[in-house]
This record gives sequence, structure tokens and C-alpha cells, in this order.
Amino acid sequence: MAIIEAKRLTYTYPIGEKPAFRDVNLEIKKGEFVIITGPSGCGKTTLCRCFNGLIPHFYGGRLEGEITVCGLNVREHPTYEIAQHVGMVFQNPENQLFALSVEKDVAFGLENLGVPREEIRKRVDWALKITGTYELRNRAPYELSGGQQQRVAIASVLAMNPEVIVLDEPTSFLDPIGAEQIFDVINSLNKDLGITIILVEHRLDLISKYASRVIVMQNGQIVLDGNPREVLVSEEARLIGVGIPKATLLYKILKLRGISLNGPPLSSDEACRSIMEVMSR
Amino acid sequence: MIVMDDVYFTYPNGVEALMGVNLKIEDGEFVAIMGQNGAGKTTLVKHINGLLKPTKGRVLVDGVETTKVSVATLARKVGLVFQNPDHQLFSETVEEEISFALKNFGYDEKTIRERVDWALNLLDLNEYRKVSPFMLSGGERKRVALASVLAWDPKIVILDEPTIGQDYRQKERLKQFIVQLNRQGKTVIIVTHDVEFVAECNPTIMLMRQGRIIATGEAREILTNETLVNQASVALPEITKIFKGLEDFGFPRKVIDVYEAADILYERLGGQR
Repeated sequence: MAIIEAKRLTYTYPIGEKPAFRDVNLEIKKGEFVIITGPSGCGKTTLCRCFNGLIPHFYGGRLEGEITVCGLNVREHPTYEIAQHVGMVFQNPENQLFALSVEKDVAFGLENLGVPREEIRKRVDWALKITGTYELRNRAPYELSGGQQQRVAIASVLAMNPEVIVLDEPTSFLDPIGAEQIFDVINSLNKDLGITIILVEHRLDLISKYASRVIVMQNGQIVLDGNPREVLVSEEARLIGVGIPKATLLYKILKLRGISLNGPPLSSDEACRSIMEVMSR
Repeated sequence: MIVMDDVYFTYPNGVEALMGVNLKIEDGEFVAIMGQNGAGKTTLVKHINGLLKPTKGRVLVDGVETTKVSVATLARKVGLVFQNPDHQLFSETVEEEISFALKNFGYDEKTIRERVDWALNLLDLNEYRKVSPFMLSGGERKRVALASVLAWDPKIVILDEPTIGQDYRQKERLKQFIVQLNRQGKTVIIVTHDVEFVAECNPTIMLMRQGRIIATGEAREILTNETLVNQASVALPEITKIFKGLEDFGFPRKVIDVYEAADILYERLGGQR
């Protein structure tokens, strides 16, 4: 079943002359892990803003075509209603956290919805535990490291029990270890809880192995869409300027020089295994 | 030359950000400062242009202590591009932004015009000349911030997290650009988390942890040292991870570059096609 469905979707910002994206047809099924990538300005962030109704309700502008998210027509339902189904996590966690304690931040959305106290308690603890931030619950968000803050931001979205979580470059401010932890959390939300993940990302080295699908946008249109291995190894991806994983790049260079590993790897582990296979042939 | 001699710095709120930093950066060096969020990297570079003065110890730029000169004087020599361009940008158009410092330094109009044109071209910003910086994307604003610093031609260029928000192509360009600046004899210092970017640029690396520099050395040496890298919350480059897994097969361990990796594998696997 499609959890997000866009038909001939075109959007122009109020101040824009030409559409930020045009004629997008997209169907995302429940439980998918989708990476959306492409050069800066290709429209990927703008497209994601439609998934929780920030477009058109907050940004205004002109939205043409159809978009349905979790069965709700985005145009007809306000952002707060869609937000109960779709959580958003942004680049800089500092912009998302504001309360005096981690726990209060995570509870905020639920309090606003008037969820009973006991239920809030339960869901907040659950979200904190899954993101590995339970021990931090009484700390102030501003005292935490960037990686910890981002995990709290994910917890506050998770507490709302969304069906879809959209993350826009969630690790770009984090150190590599912090980034890896975020990607592990995102992966377990998808694999263990069945949450549909949509991740906007330039740096694909650490995350590609978790994805079930990669979408590449260019100049406001979807130009590639498919299995990560096929998309990332394709010549088109290189020409568009997708930052393909180093392991995949290594595979491509070796192939050009006449050495074939078994299928394109998406991570260093996979590359390592297929090199060992060739060695033991 | 930049020298730090047992530098300590404590913020007014009591956070001890630097705890005994010693370093020496020669003219024309290319250095990447890496380490965990909160390790003190940004605090350290703010000492080089005098925005912060040490609580204890000395910072010398070309032999002069930063406490003895104004930030404005130091700025002519040291250009710092902040991590968040919004902390830096304030003008109504990109053009005004880039000419602002030049006007302050008292350059004549002709020179200002030339410098601004040069910087706009260099960073591919010509089409945005008359546009407000705040209309641009995060990546573009970062390039404006960089252009405005390069326009006054400082001999030391410091870039705090230059790759954040930049796509693959822009990173490639940034890399060429940094290497080019360095070749022109400028001292280039980047503060970054981006292990893959550093592995491609091949600078001297200084690793920081909890307010101290815990290691200095060539990228190939530092980035392949798992113990050090873990201590600083940096990760091994992807290529290094692959070769770490192949160690039992007698492959070299200190590999960080994808093309070098391909050469090594071609040699070994070439006969086994």
C-alpha cells in the first residue's frame, strides 16, 4: 500500500519564478527506506516539505497536482494533523530543540495533542530508550553533544508514533561517530519498528547499505529511482554528480580495469567480502 | 608562522575549552583540525585571528602575540570563514557583502571592484551579485562567506566545516580550490568532521580531544591509526576500513585513497580474473 503518493506534483515558491520541482510522480510504500539525493538546489528538500504539509500550508506558493500522505490529501489537511503521521528531523538539531530538559522536549508534541499523562510518560520513555537517550532525560539539550541532540530530536519525533519519518541531512553537523549512531538508530526504526524512512542525504558512504531504494533528483525532477545498487553504480549517477559510496566507486574503477567483484558493494564491509571471494577463487 | 604555547581557554560560563594546546603551523602549510563535537576545534581557530585570547599561555602569529594587536589588524592576515555563514553575513546583496571588509580596510574603489569580481568568479557566484545572501541556499551562503574573506587576500585562510551542506560537485570544487590556495603559498587550515574529504585532500592532520591536541601527522598515518581515530571520535576512511578487513591477506594497511586502493587490488587480483 502506498503511504505517500504524488501525481504530477509541481511546486513554485511564492518568490520563485520557476518551479522548485515539477511533474513529480512518486509512490512510496509502507516500510520502505528511501534515500533522496541529488545536487544542491535539485528540489529534494522542497519535495520533502510536502510530505508533512509544510508546503503548501506554511510556505504558501503554488502547488499543482495531487499528493496524499497516509491517506490524507495534504492540501486539505492542516500541518498539525499530518504531523501526527509524518515526523520531520532537520539538519541542525539546535533548531529543533528548545525545552529545558530532554524529557520535556520529547513530551512537548504529545502534551500539545492533549495525550493523557500516563500515556505521555510511557511513550516518552519508549522513544528515549530506542534512541539511546534515556540516560540523558534530565539534562538540558544545549549541554549535549550534537550527536546526542540529534538523537533527542529523533526521539521527540518518534514519541508521536509516526508512520513516516523524514530526515533532511540529519548528520551533517555531527562527528563521524555521532553520525554512525544516528544512522544505526534510523535503521532500527525502519527494520524493527517498520517505520517508513525518507532520508535526504549527500554523503552516502555510511547509509546506502540500509536503504531499499535510492531516488536521484536533478533540476526539479526525479531522474533515477530504484534499487540502491543499480542506481549508485549507474553512469548517470556519476554524471549527475551523486557522491556514490567509496566502496561502490572502487568497484567501478576495478571493473573498468577488467576486474569484476561479485556485484556492486554499498559499504566497506561488502567490498571487503567480495574482494576476499575473488582472492579465494 | 602560527605558534601556540601551552594555551588554555575557559569560557565565561566555566567551560574549559582548551587545556594546554601546543602547536606550530609553518607558512604555506595545509592543516586539517579534526575531533569530536565540542573538542575545542572552533575555539582553537578563533585564537588564531584573535577573536578569543588565551586565558593562559601565548598565541603568536608571525611572531606577534595576539593579545598585543587588534582583531582588525590580525584580520588582514588571518581570514576566518565561520561554520555557520549566517553568523557572518549581513549585507543586502552578495556584492556588498564581499566589498564590506575591503571598504573597511580602506582600499580604493577600483581595487575593490576588481577584488569583488575576482572573488565572485572564483566561487561561481556571478549570477547572484545583486541577490540578497539570505535568498540563497545554505551551500551558496557558505560560498559567499568564503568569497568575502578571500577578497581581501589574507595569507592565512581558516575554514570552519567548509563541506557542510555542499554536494559532491561543490566538494570537488572546494577541494581543488583549497589545494590551489595552498599552492599559491597560503597557509590553509580547515576544521572538519568530513573524513572522506580529508582523505582526498591529504593535509597534515591535528587530532583534538577534550581541549588538547592528541596527535599531529600526515593524513595517511593519522587516519589509518584506529586507536587515535577512535579517541577523537573520527572514523576510519571507507577505503581504510576495506584494507583493514584484508589485513590477513598481506595487503598494506595505510591506504586512504580510492585510486591507490584500485592500483593495489589490480596488482593482486589482475591475474585472477
